[in-house]
Amino acid sequence: MTQISRDDVVHLAQLSSLALSDEEIQAMQTDIGNILEYVNQLSDLDTTGVEPTYQVTDLDNVWRADIVDDYGVNRDSLLALAPDSKDGQIKVPKVL
Amino acid sequence: MSRIADFIGKNARQNVLDALQRAADNDQYHAILNLTKERALERADLVDKGEITGRLAGVPFVVKDNFLAFGAPTTAASKMLEHFDAPLQATAVEKLEAEGAICIGKANLDAFAHGGSTENSAFGPTKNAIDINRVAGGSSGGSAVVTALDIVPFALGSDTGGSIREPASFNGVVGIKPTYGTVSRYGVVAMASSTDVIGCFTTNVADSELVLDILAGLDRKDMTTLVDFFVPEKTTKPNQKIGLIKEFMSHDVDEDVRARTNEYAEKLRAAGHTVEEVSIPIVLHTLAMYYIIVPAELSSNLARYDGVRYGHRAEGVTSLAELYGKSRDEGFVTENKRRIMIGSYVLSSGFFDAYYLQAQKARTLLINELNTLFETFDVLMGPTVPTPAFKLGENTADPIKMYLADIMTVPASLAGIPAISVPAGLSESGLPIGVQLMAARRNDAQLLSLARSMETT
Repeated sequence: MTQISRDDVVHLAQLSSLALSDEEIQAMQTDIGNILEYVNQLSDLDTTGVEPTYQVTDLDNVWRADIVDDYGVNRDSLLALAPDSKDGQIKVPKVL
Repeated sequence: MSRIADFIGKNARQNVLDALQRAADNDQYHAILNLTKERALERADLVDKGEITGRLAGVPFVVKDNFLAFGAPTTAASKMLEHFDAPLQATAVEKLEAEGAICIGKANLDAFAHGGSTENSAFGPTKNAIDINRVAGGSSGGSAVVTALDIVPFALGSDTGGSIREPASFNGVVGIKPTYGTVSRYGVVAMASSTDVIGCFTTNVADSELVLDILAGLDRKDMTTLVDFFVPEKTTKPNQKIGLIKEFMSHDVDEDVRARTNEYAEKLRAAGHTVEEVSIPIVLHTLAMYYIIVPAELSSNLARYDGVRYGHRAEGVTSLAELYGKSRDEGFVTENKRRIMIGSYVLSSGFFDAYYLQAQKARTLLINELNTLFETFDVLMGPTVPTPAFKLGENTADPIKMYLADIMTVPASLAGIPAISVPAGLSESGLPIGVQLMAARRNDAQLLSLARSMETT
């Protein structure tokens, strides 16, 4: 299996903004190692000179007029989704 | 099983009440997370008064709960969105409602559509419609089961790597993933933007054609949509050339699955088509491509769930990193976290070229190979899944084992081509088995026409 260190997992969790428990870190170390081991088979494929495919729409640039459109969704209904709000703004806990 | 036509021209309120009763009677399958009873009955009364009309007037349906839809929260089967009341509806839902269809509830799924069994739902798994000790498949497990149990004649799903086709196979219903870009994804919780596709479950192919005809078309709110090209094709092209994918018929594949697939191929031959074996070695590498590209894309798409603007927010945090980290740790299930972290890994500097870039190049090789084959073949076929539905809990301890259920469905997803799973009979022990048919991009209408013609042969 592909080894991935505990420090690597902790770093990945930070990059991913996930506050994992110790048990979760341990389980991820095994699972991510196994998954990377599996996907490593792609290194066997010769892709010399092959262009990557990032999308399959067969469309080129899609343009629209530069006009503001709220798609029929108003500010208040979006604000109502916030965990907390005050005076028309999203309220967050004091973190500084 | 019921068809859409059975609900047309009937009393809409009765249609809805009956569907709600069937949903309640089948509660033990846990296919539906929330019913939208109040709104459904209001709409039914408007249909009965003639104020809402259309091709699906009074026909009840269910949406996978990653479609924004009114009447109940849109949860994506996650704690993150458990209390999320959609401020708008998905274009797909709006289009069905514009034709008079009535949404009666929201179907269970793997949280954020990450999974192949619906066991990753934060609210508990959906049970298979035929054997309650087995998985529904996933991620659109609830949608497949409500269709198979005849609660509603059709249901909406999303398919990123097989999430419509695999549960369709496991529950013995029709599941269609059209060409990438056929149906607008506006208002559907994003997973992997380069392969996310909207489709449906029905009990027969003609109903899929009807629903897809309504759903297809350009939407300026989803810039990847194509100008409507889908027109159901009455006449099936005769003497089609069909390739049976050799790599999907190896001895690793369940014996009954291979037998039903071979019988389907024989039926195609009897109908005047040619079926010959074709080898596509690269398909065996597609799952590895998929589990690099899709985690990469979803790690980016799920970055928006930060506990600030909407969704779950953790209590008692003292720093910004803790606000993000704890909200996300509490709001996501293990599989979400695993995939996000794989995505972060393959996109990080130092690994980008070896993983992400190599996978996207390999994807080009796959597409080139399929394009070449479609110059000769009208359709490629094989089983939809290597096995019938597995037991609940059988694969949950080993993510790779779970991922392998997708091995036959991911090629069509990465290539953006249309693919349909159709019922092809049962295993020795009575479990449904599906056959998958695939065609070149935009050949959806002919593909469905062929599948429909085989239902009556």
